[in-house]
Amino acid sequence: MNEMLAKSSYFGLFFGLLMFWAGTKISARLKNSLANPLLIAAGAVILFLVTFRVDYETFNQGIAHLTYFLTPATVALAIPMYRQVSLLQRNMKAILLSILSGIAANVLCILGLCLLFGLDAELYHSLLPKSVTTAIAIGVSSEIGGVPSLTVAAVVITGLFGSSVARIVCRVCRIKNPVAIGLACGNSAHAIGTVAALEIGEIEGAMSGLAMVVAGVLTAVLAPFAAGLL
Amino acid sequence: MQYINQLLIILGASFLGELLNLLLPFPVPASVYGLLLLFAALLTGVVKLEKVEKTGTFLIATMSLYFIGPSVSLMTVIAGYVDSLPAVLCICFASTLAVMAVTGRVAELLMKTGDRKPDDVTGKEGGERKHE
Repeated sequence: MNEMLAKSSYFGLFFGLLMFWAGTKISARLKNSLANPLLIAAGAVILFLVTFRVDYETFNQGIAHLTYFLTPATVALAIPMYRQVSLLQRNMKAILLSILSGIAANVLCILGLCLLFGLDAELYHSLLPKSVTTAIAIGVSSEIGGVPSLTVAAVVITGLFGSSVARIVCRVCRIKNPVAIGLACGNSAHAIGTVAALEIGEIEGAMSGLAMVVAGVLTAVLAPFAAGLL
Repeated sequence: MQYINQLLIILGASFLGELLNLLLPFPVPASVYGLLLLFAALLTGVVKLEKVEKTGTFLIATMSLYFIGPSVSLMTVIAGYVDSLPAVLCICFASTLAVMAVTGRVAELLMKTGDRKPDDVTGKEGGERKHE
């Protein structure tokens, strides 16, 4: 199966999009935000590839053409941020303080659980930058002595999980202000969380994109200090 | 043509972001540099909002699709960490919930105690919001 599909240029793109389409249908049917189309699509593709012993590379040579647009799409997040610039200026203090509190919560939570599970420093360092966008997380992880590939896995798991639970967490914690919802999504689940925030609304999306950028930069600066804690 | 012109500007910001990523010694990705560049260009008026809005909105609306590849790449990494997987998953889930709840609650409280009523936020822009 793998040899045949490895010669195909369209397998990965077609199959990935097909599973995403199936994911949107399933998630519309279930009306449950935990059934996130991206989560369903990724799960279905992994299941297929593992079952039929198809290499990730075989799938990736098609889907890579879509992944290619991730950078311009992230750049385009400047647009909702610009549209909400007055809201951003008015709430600068709340925005910065809440992002910093989130980063502190991240460090304390990961440190506490690593100690609880008796994990070594290498795992702690790999998990520390997991709430920021992949490229920053990789850079920070290698900087502080983590394993970059494990960091990438943690970043993706965090993003998928965060975007799936965003609505529930905001409801349970009574986070109702659109600015607060957006900051919560972007600070915890980076760009994938921003996608979830954009589905909730324009302000949420803009603030999530902003939180992603600010949290990314702050994490890059602060992580070396937090890394010394274990 | 307007979609292509708009794409050109966004790709230009992406490319400049890539150059900054290569030239500067910080672990900041091309996409974040590009976002900041485009944001600065919009703020200073070098790029008018209408010149990037249509293609940009399309790229943002389809953003989940661009994560299919990176999400599936999980399968190549996880096999190497089977032993610590339960702990790693537990930490990822718990800390994500913690960050989300703390960030959201702190923002919510600070905006309430601020000098404005929270209605200011939802008031004008409220009409554009989609509801569940």
